[in-house]
Amino acid sequence: MAVSSDTLPRWVDVLAIPLINLTLAFLAAGLIVLAVGESPVEVLLVLINGAFGFQEAIGYTLYYATNFIFTGLAVSVAFHAGLFNIGGEGQAYIGGLGVGLVCLWLDPYLPGFVLIPLAVLAAAAFGGFWAFIPGWLQAYRGSHVVITTIMFNFIAASLMVYLMVNVFIQPGQMSPESREFAESAWLPFAHEVAGWAGVQITPSPLNLSLVWALICCVAVWLLIWKTRWGYEIRTVGFNEAAAIYAGIDPKKVIVLAMCISGGLAGFVGVNELIGVQHRLMLDFTAGYGFTGIAVALMGRNHPFGIVLASLLFGALYQGGAELAFEIPGMTRDMVVVIQGLVILFSGALALMVRPPLERLFRKRMLALAAARAMEG
Amino acid sequence: MEHWLTLLLTLDATLRVAAPLMLAAMAGLFSERSGVIDIGLEGKMLGAAFAAAAAASYTGSPWAGLGCGILVSVGLALIHGFACITHRGEHVVSGVALNVLVAGLTIVLGIAWFSRGGQTPSLPDEARFLPIILPGAEAIGQLPVIGPLYQELLSGHNLLGYVALLTVPLTWWIVFHTRFGLRIRAVGEAPNAVDTAGISVAGLRYSAVICAGLLCGIAGTYLSIGQNASFLPHMTAGQGYIALAALIFGKWRPFMAFAACLLFGFLDAVAVRLQGVDLPFIGEAPVQLIQALPYILTVILLAGFIGKATAPKALGVPYVKER
Repeated sequence: MAVSSDTLPRWVDVLAIPLINLTLAFLAAGLIVLAVGESPVEVLLVLINGAFGFQEAIGYTLYYATNFIFTGLAVSVAFHAGLFNIGGEGQAYIGGLGVGLVCLWLDPYLPGFVLIPLAVLAAAAFGGFWAFIPGWLQAYRGSHVVITTIMFNFIAASLMVYLMVNVFIQPGQMSPESREFAESAWLPFAHEVAGWAGVQITPSPLNLSLVWALICCVAVWLLIWKTRWGYEIRTVGFNEAAAIYAGIDPKKVIVLAMCISGGLAGFVGVNELIGVQHRLMLDFTAGYGFTGIAVALMGRNHPFGIVLASLLFGALYQGGAELAFEIPGMTRDMVVVIQGLVILFSGALALMVRPPLERLFRKRMLALAAARAMEG
Repeated sequence: MEHWLTLLLTLDATLRVAAPLMLAAMAGLFSERSGVIDIGLEGKMLGAAFAAAAAASYTGSPWAGLGCGILVSVGLALIHGFACITHRGEHVVSGVALNVLVAGLTIVLGIAWFSRGGQTPSLPDEARFLPIILPGAEAIGQLPVIGPLYQELLSGHNLLGYVALLTVPLTWWIVFHTRFGLRIRAVGEAPNAVDTAGISVAGLRYSAVICAGLLCGIAGTYLSIGQNASFLPHMTAGQGYIALAALIFGKWRPFMAFAACLLFGFLDAVAVRLQGVDLPFIGEAPVQLIQALPYILTVILLAGFIGKATAPKALGVPYVKER
């Protein structure tokens, strides 16, 4: 998906253009805030303070960022293979189902250090499976992965409603939630870990999943740029015909990329269910899968960029929650607007600022060459 | 007789659910036949639903609502066109962007303008498109068998519902029997041929995308000031995606897409009717399964297990004029 260019210096391509696009998105968001009669500066200050102003806020920001790292990585791995996986939401949901099944089934028998890795594996397996089917259908039956993954989001939602209402609901309870997992299945919270080290920090939902998310970032970086599989994935994404000539089977690569992508999305279930909620419930994915698209586009499909973009979106989510308290008439939905604008400017209109920049640099290069010729 | 009435009422509900689907599916048909993928049906409908309800509540006129609904939807379609046609952006990314943007923006604006948690004020009857009772419905309704069919099923839909039904043959006629339609199809299959003939690829695609905006505008208006009396946050609830599924299920053909809309509408009506009902042999009706059937069927169809759905050849491929 990355467009390389001969006419632009690398720093413009990698740094300047994404920043320009991001600025445009935020300018547009600022105009919308102005249009509804609020001050963009005030909104921005509330957002920043709400996201970083106090310990609990930082914890929440990082907790949201954890989800976005998983879904952002998921979208990016598929992107590298030239696939657009819109199904992160459903894969995260089904990944969570895997976590729930393992915990509800095995938590009376197993200690945490066995149970938690099993739950993490189940998240990857279930999420991966939910992406495997669309991947397989694209590779071997020619149905488009975009449409199939959209459909699978809805199928996952129906399936989960059915399971929660008919299978997992507690007798005599109104809300469709499973029983609480045994404490052995809980991932330690950040404030607990800090407590063991003798440091007091304010409790927040931030938990050890963040560490796992960062490990996943390194793993994805290694996979995509340092392994044979990654090479094959990138080759297929860049030029499928060339990949075939190079002896790569694009079908296998498509299925593989989708499985990895779905598995990564499934880890949202780890953060949400054994990290925070400690039970299986409805709608715990809360749109994180879709935000992953914005995160991957903004992070330019590179793990490092994705971490930065996840931090930004984590801050927006947490700061957005504060907005509603501080400024009447503003809600977290403003963050959804910003998210839409980021996808629009960093994704759909990513090529918009290129031609004028290219003209600018061509002129400058010509001028430089002319100057050198004069000197010489 | 009682079963007959139940069937008629279910079919009536089917039509109500299917009407916005038909409009949106035809919208998608124009866009996709011209080569522009339209994931943004959902967002355009939602934007139109909000604009229609907001305008109708300010002016008290459903026509002003319809006008604003269409205006907003066409505006969104033009953004999509600007990204996909002018700047060769990814069609799917642009569609997703619109859907996300509109989902947030309708609530932000709704709260700013009406302070009701994103809802618009409840509309009085004169600001809505009300059910139209066809002439003689009462009298004909007394007749056995045929009577209820006329009274319950054919009569009593709002104006936009009838418009939706007319849109299908109209779309078929435009796309398959006019010069404009031929060019739309051509630009979706072989844009370079169209270009060689001296016709503007971008111009045609823009006009197709505008048609899509227009129809989505009517669909959204139907939801907020026809079927309901106000805008509710996220009120399209995935109908844009179902319409897209219906379009694909109908293999990008108007009447087959129409049939798919009816099928999906029927499944929805049945699911609502069967909520909590015990069926013989099966036990409690699997409502969620019935609701998920449109998606499952579309996946199976796309996989080529029920005939082959072939998309327009240039669908999603940006057109670059050779230099």
